[in-house]
Amino acid sequence: MTTRTGSAVDGPAATAPAVLAARGVSVRFAARGGGGVVRAVDDVDLRVGPGEIVALVGESGCGKSTLARTLLGLERPSGGSVLFKGEPLGYRARELKAYRRRVQLVPQDPGGSLDPRHSVYEAVAEGLRVHHGTLPDEAVRVERALSRAGLRPPERFFLRYPHELSGGQRQRVVIAGALVLEPEAVVADEPVASLDASVRGEILALLLRLRAELGLSALVVTHDLGLAWNIADRVAVMYLGRVVEAGPVEEVLTAPRHPYTRALLSVLPDASAATPTILTGEPPDPARVPPGCRFHPRCPVLASGAAAEAGVAHRCGAEDPGPLPEAPGHGAACHYAAVTAERPEAGNR
Amino acid sequence: MNHLETRGLTVAYRAGGREVPAVRGVDLAIPPGGTLGLAGESGCGKSTVALAVLRLLPATARVGGSVLLAGEDVLTMAWGRLRAVRWAGASIVFQGAMHSLNAVRRVGDQIAEPVLLHESAETPASAARRAADLLERVGLPPRTAAAYPHELSGGQRQRVMIAMALACGPRLVIADEPTTALDVMVQAQILRLLKDLVARNGIAMMMISHDLSVLADACDRLAVMYAGRIVEEGPARQVFADARHPYAAALGAAFPVVGDPASRYAPRGLAGDPPDPAGSGTGCSFRPRCAVAEDRCAYVDPALWRAGPDRSAACVRVLPSEEVL
Amino acid sequence: MSGTPARPSPRALARQRRRLALSGFWRRYRRHRAGLLGLAGLVLFVLLALAAPLLVAPGDLSVTRAPHDAYQPPAPAHPLGTDNFGRSLLDLVVWGSRVSLTVGFLATLVSVGLGTLVGITAGHYRGVAGAVLMRVTDWFLVLPTLVLAVALATVLSRSTLTIVIAIGITAWPTTARLVRAQTLAVEARPYIERSRALGGGHTHIMLRHVLPNVLPLVLAQTTLLVASSIIAESTLAFLGLGDPGTVSWGGTLQDARRAGAVSSGVWWYLLPPGAAIALVALSFTLCGRAVEGALDPRSREGR
Repeated sequence: MTTRTGSAVDGPAATAPAVLAARGVSVRFAARGGGGVVRAVDDVDLRVGPGEIVALVGESGCGKSTLARTLLGLERPSGGSVLFKGEPLGYRARELKAYRRRVQLVPQDPGGSLDPRHSVYEAVAEGLRVHHGTLPDEAVRVERALSRAGLRPPERFFLRYPHELSGGQRQRVVIAGALVLEPEAVVADEPVASLDASVRGEILALLLRLRAELGLSALVVTHDLGLAWNIADRVAVMYLGRVVEAGPVEEVLTAPRHPYTRALLSVLPDASAATPTILTGEPPDPARVPPGCRFHPRCPVLASGAAAEAGVAHRCGAEDPGPLPEAPGHGAACHYAAVTAERPEAGNR
Repeated sequence: MNHLETRGLTVAYRAGGREVPAVRGVDLAIPPGGTLGLAGESGCGKSTVALAVLRLLPATARVGGSVLLAGEDVLTMAWGRLRAVRWAGASIVFQGAMHSLNAVRRVGDQIAEPVLLHESAETPASAARRAADLLERVGLPPRTAAAYPHELSGGQRQRVMIAMALACGPRLVIADEPTTALDVMVQAQILRLLKDLVARNGIAMMMISHDLSVLADACDRLAVMYAGRIVEEGPARQVFADARHPYAAALGAAFPVVGDPASRYAPRGLAGDPPDPAGSGTGCSFRPRCAVAEDRCAYVDPALWRAGPDRSAACVRVLPSEEVL
Repeated sequence: MSGTPARPSPRALARQRRRLALSGFWRRYRRHRAGLLGLAGLVLFVLLALAAPLLVAPGDLSVTRAPHDAYQPPAPAHPLGTDNFGRSLLDLVVWGSRVSLTVGFLATLVSVGLGTLVGITAGHYRGVAGAVLMRVTDWFLVLPTLVLAVALATVLSRSTLTIVIAIGITAWPTTARLVRAQTLAVEARPYIERSRALGGGHTHIMLRHVLPNVLPLVLAQTTLLVASSIIAESTLAFLGLGDPGTVSWGGTLQDARRAGAVSSGVWWYLLPPGAAIALVALSFTLCGRAVEGALDPRSREGR
């Protein structure tokens, strides 16, 4: 029960084989305290095309970080598969190691993701040493990666230790450590969440520049819709382990279809929406996914009666709209959006 | 009378035998029911101001100027009076609610604690009732009182922190990055709660954040700090949308308006490093990072000048050209 | 990117950095006055042990051809008095430091090495392997140290090496526990995940990240363990389980007890070896505390 429109925007990025893709990926854990299964990621399709920046947006606990870790091979999916350039990812040690040369992680907290006892040089060279041993041109490569990440002149940073750097500089070191292996894609988990406002824009601009210069593909995991607007080509909104809406940033963020995306957008501090839709309560527990549409207990459209008006209210509580299949264009996993899609003025606020 | 007023507040820390200034002359005023947002990047002195208001700074800090809470100077106050003021006069909501709550005590007891300490008329039973009331006021079911901090979500813990801050009916609440670690939806809930509480009880509030968009949304006035000084002050919406000081403008632009074509594929930040607090060059302290610096910025150290009705900014560019030194 | 000729090689850079770190460590160590005192005591004892063959003539320690009369109180010729054979106690203490220090260092090396290996492995592999290792550790931990050491010392031949093994094998579990706890803390840090995402395998993570981060703790533990190893050696020697052919502090105490020094009031027979044990143990403990303090990252803040 999903809708798809807007095939007109399909660029070359959408038709070329994806660099990084999730096909029906599920990740389940045994719930803590015995009994029950936590469905952290539940049947998700996602693709990152060559040179494309995709933002994966959602609240904490929605499974976006687990999905990112799964795409990096740090977590093994319970179902579905991770594809790199069309090939399913293997989980033997050698396959994983080869994969990790080509897809890199930019972790959330630059303070904690650098070993306090390693100098900047060692931190950046670590990937090289893991994969190639000590190369004769190691210093040149480290230098190049540092200056690509915007730390110039690079030699001045070689001997610094993480605690001597500012938060922004640390994040640049982490990015340099990823770039030194000349990866084809990076997965960035909240790359600017713990940085100051003034540094945030600089790091995001760096990601854009790397895409332009190196053709790097990126999946950026974030809770920040402004970040998606700043740098991403496409955005996928996750709720309780599922992607509920996905599409080009311009469409999803200016004409959202899923009530959850609309609520998220309406509470942005500077939203022009007259009345913010503040959802009550916390995001529900992935160990107890509600039946039917997983958003229906908090859905403002259902609560306001608009869903009943459109004649879908009975399905919201009973029928799962299903996972959003990966396809170009703008789609939402919502019964109400499916019905109102034929009348776009109703679907687009 | 203003609930909070600081006059020429200065704070310097002793480090390695010399004094490093953290706050260099800050004047603030918050009337009853007023809300002031204090913005700036880490290290600009905004949290130091908050701690100085309640005299919570470490002993190595030297504080100058005056801090008036409802007309009384906190800095010269006797110790006993200060203790009373700390909860009943002004209270603080820290960031990182997990670390500010005691992990092994039930939250109800933690809320009741200041009540019992500061109001001798209260019995444990009446204090517990009051804790339940307070929890309801911050939108939590009274049974939350029996929970331990780890059983609550981040948003719920932040609500508990707010309930604690309100326990003794303070006139001023200082919220230090109250929503930094929270999701957008929970952030919206907490901001709405704070706004409601301030409006309903006539409390004055000072909110500290590096996110100008949050402050512009939650406060009526906004002060932007840089290198220990206020560089711009005025009505929140105006400062956010149309800043006169280039630093305030850069901070405002760091958080894009979703849907604004100007910020699409154009994240904006501020190049350069935060200023070294120990270094004291001449001229404007923002000059090394300023995109619109002029020759005179090298020797003019701008004060807060009038920059329109009810606004001021510490930038030579707000002066009409004939007034330039 | 044609490297400027002036650019030093990464190896040289690393050396330079290490030198800086070392001098920083010394600067912080110097702030601990007790640590300096301990270090001075330590240097003194080590020099004494090294110089012993120069200070003591080989014949002076012979039981049959002792140079003095028996049971002499301290006098200029023998400043600490003589024992029941007429040997100078000063000579005995000086010579005994060799065995005591050797055993102390070697036993500590064995136990710290074993403990670190087990601790890091158990902390890194958290599955069945780690659990089994920790159960083994716990089992050794609850074994009464002295009883095990006595048993080992009786089963194996009575030599200094046996004592080293006996002490080393009983002292490692505390180190293992400590190192494992620290390993768990280090493994929870985001840089471990980053290293894994870079492709780093188990060995890489254990050697490049975990080991350097637990090393300060191990170093502090080492200095503390040397003190207790020296005491353990003395205890074993006192119980008559040491190598009878060598002179050690514990052995001298044992001789004194057997000669009836306690009841006959020959205090100078008991005091010097006892004081030497106490002083060396104290020196090492003071050093250990100072090392701990100097390596504590919190003490680095005030740079």
